[in-house]
Amino acid sequence: MVSSTTMRMSDQREDQATPQALSNTAGFRSLRSHGVVARVETAPVKAAVEDFSFYYGDFKALKSISLPVHEKRVTALIGPSGCGKSTLLRAFNRMHDLYPGNRYEGAIRLHPDNTNLLSPGVDPIEVRMRIGMVFQKPNPFPKSIYENVAYGLRIRGEGNRSVLDDRVKEALQGAALWSEVEHRLHDPATALSGGQQQRLCIARCLATNPEVLLFDEPTSALDPIATASIEDLIHELRDKVTILIVTHNMQQAARVSDYTAYMYLGELMEFGETSQIFVNPTRKETEDYITGRFG
Amino acid sequence: MNTPSSASAASLPPLVVSDRLAKKALRHFKERFIEMLLFGAASVSVLTTVGIIWVLVSESYHFFETVPLWSFLTDTMWTPLFADPHYGILPLLAGTLTTSLVALIVAIPLGTTIAIYLSEFARPAVREIVKPFLELLGGIPTIVYGYFALTVVIPMLQLLIPGLSGFNMLGAGIVMGIAIIPYVSSLAEDAMRAVPMNMREGSYAMGGTKLQTALRVVMPAALSGILSAYILGISRAVGETMIVAVAAGMQPNFTLNPLESAQTISAYIVQVALGDLPHGSIGYQSIFAAGLSLMLMTLSLNLVGHVLRRRYREAY
Ligand SMILES: Nc1ncnc2c1ncn2[C@@H]1O[C@H](COP(=O)(O)OP(=O)(O)OP(=O)(O)O)[C@@H](O)[C@H]1O
Ligand SMILES: [Mg+2]
Repeated sequence: MVSSTTMRMSDQREDQATPQALSNTAGFRSLRSHGVVARVETAPVKAAVEDFSFYYGDFKALKSISLPVHEKRVTALIGPSGCGKSTLLRAFNRMHDLYPGNRYEGAIRLHPDNTNLLSPGVDPIEVRMRIGMVFQKPNPFPKSIYENVAYGLRIRGEGNRSVLDDRVKEALQGAALWSEVEHRLHDPATALSGGQQQRLCIARCLATNPEVLLFDEPTSALDPIATASIEDLIHELRDKVTILIVTHNMQQAARVSDYTAYMYLGELMEFGETSQIFVNPTRKETEDYITGRFG
Repeated sequence: MNTPSSASAASLPPLVVSDRLAKKALRHFKERFIEMLLFGAASVSVLTTVGIIWVLVSESYHFFETVPLWSFLTDTMWTPLFADPHYGILPLLAGTLTTSLVALIVAIPLGTTIAIYLSEFARPAVREIVKPFLELLGGIPTIVYGYFALTVVIPMLQLLIPGLSGFNMLGAGIVMGIAIIPYVSSLAEDAMRAVPMNMREGSYAMGGTKLQTALRVVMPAALSGILSAYILGISRAVGETMIVAVAAGMQPNFTLNPLESAQTISAYIVQVALGDLPHGSIGYQSIFAAGLSLMLMTLSLNLVGHVLRRRYREAY
């Protein structure tokens, strides 16, 4: 529905931008000058949210949301607190199944196989094997750094030491953590700093090659330097994996994402390329939220 | 020495004498009074402990004036009531260790399994039903367990193991294990439930099953609390008295074979305390030496527990 707006030309957007919107898009424009945004139009859909509603008991937290998630792109979910961003994100890996009384309606289809992730016939564990998640607060397991990264492989039955060694190293490199921990792989993960722990959690996901990575405010518990390193990392990861990120930080959304979805009170208000949403939102509410006049 | 304090006193603002000061004094008095009351309450437990240790040590001192410590620790016979008395703690120690070991082989796996089930698997409704039963199990007087061992468990064991004596450490140990399950399971369960949900979510999000999450994430995260639960269970087993007094037999027996009957340190103490040995006799004093040994054992267990807790304490 709203995705038609994504096809506009970028220079048109800038002409129509309000001064407030422009001041908020500095991060985004610096990315675009590196040619990052130019490839947005070509991405196929990796997951499609179709008329999805969600209930916590009787409370309808999400109201018929439809949203494409493009392959090997970063999609940001933004919106005021309590609008349902986390609820939507946690539907992708069926996290809501862990608690009684929750109910899904509609579908989230994962391509290429077109599986409806929410279908009762689909095993949530199968879903979670394909979709990784990084939480707001770093939550390393009470194990060594090595065993944290190896966890996903071990529970998948991988016991071969040399395979594990290789995959752990690869994942830690992928999460830009290898050089910091290569000499203390067997130290407890809790000895790492907050930012390192969060990168460890990312490495933990990467080790099993997920198709989609979910991030729920991954930097809200981190200092600016650690935040910058996570953002850089997300930037690198978009070549390998489809990313969905919830963030409260508009600059962050502008810096790291290709697409942005603005949610409000359980509804999807607007979805489009980040460039369009930030420079030339079609709805007044989106613009107010982005420019900080509301939210 | 004097200069800094007088200097700081001089720099204080001058006191204003007023009603407020009187109120302040009254409040101060009340605070002090309550503090003293609380301190008094806390002292009771400290004083009791000190008193017990004092009695144990002083009476044992008299005992060790007659019986050399070395023979107490190495003699393999404990026959204080014989004409030729021997005071070797080893047979009682062997009885205590064997019954405790049997009890732990029962209580640790079962207690841990129950804790995992209640904390990670049971629906709230089931938990609400099971927990009161466990508490009930923990509230049954141990003498009742003793007769349960003697009249139910040991006869059943005799069917399985022909020729088994009517009093044996196996039966007593098994029942003692059942009796301490609630202590192990409730502490271990508390420790596991204290593990924050985001730790479990991390494991589920990786594709972990419930069992994998419980065993590979929740249990290691709760390790310090689970170890404390085990240590408490061990202390209970070592100090447990009535079950072994009733069902394990009353004969000191230097053996680690659970199929035999034997006496534990605690059972010996009851036997003598209830008997009619004259106060001050060496036989009577032997119970203080035995009690001191028992207390040193549980004390060192508590120390081990403390060290383990510190060592494995998790920062979530
Ligand atoms: N477990 C739950 N039970 C009932 N209602 C819930 C539950 N979790 C969230 N909600 C409600 O669902 C709505 C959406 O919550 P959600 O956590 O998805 O918001 P959010 O957009 O992620 O907010 P924030 O930015 O503060 O994290 C809120 O109204 C919230 O109160
Ligand atoms: Mg949230």
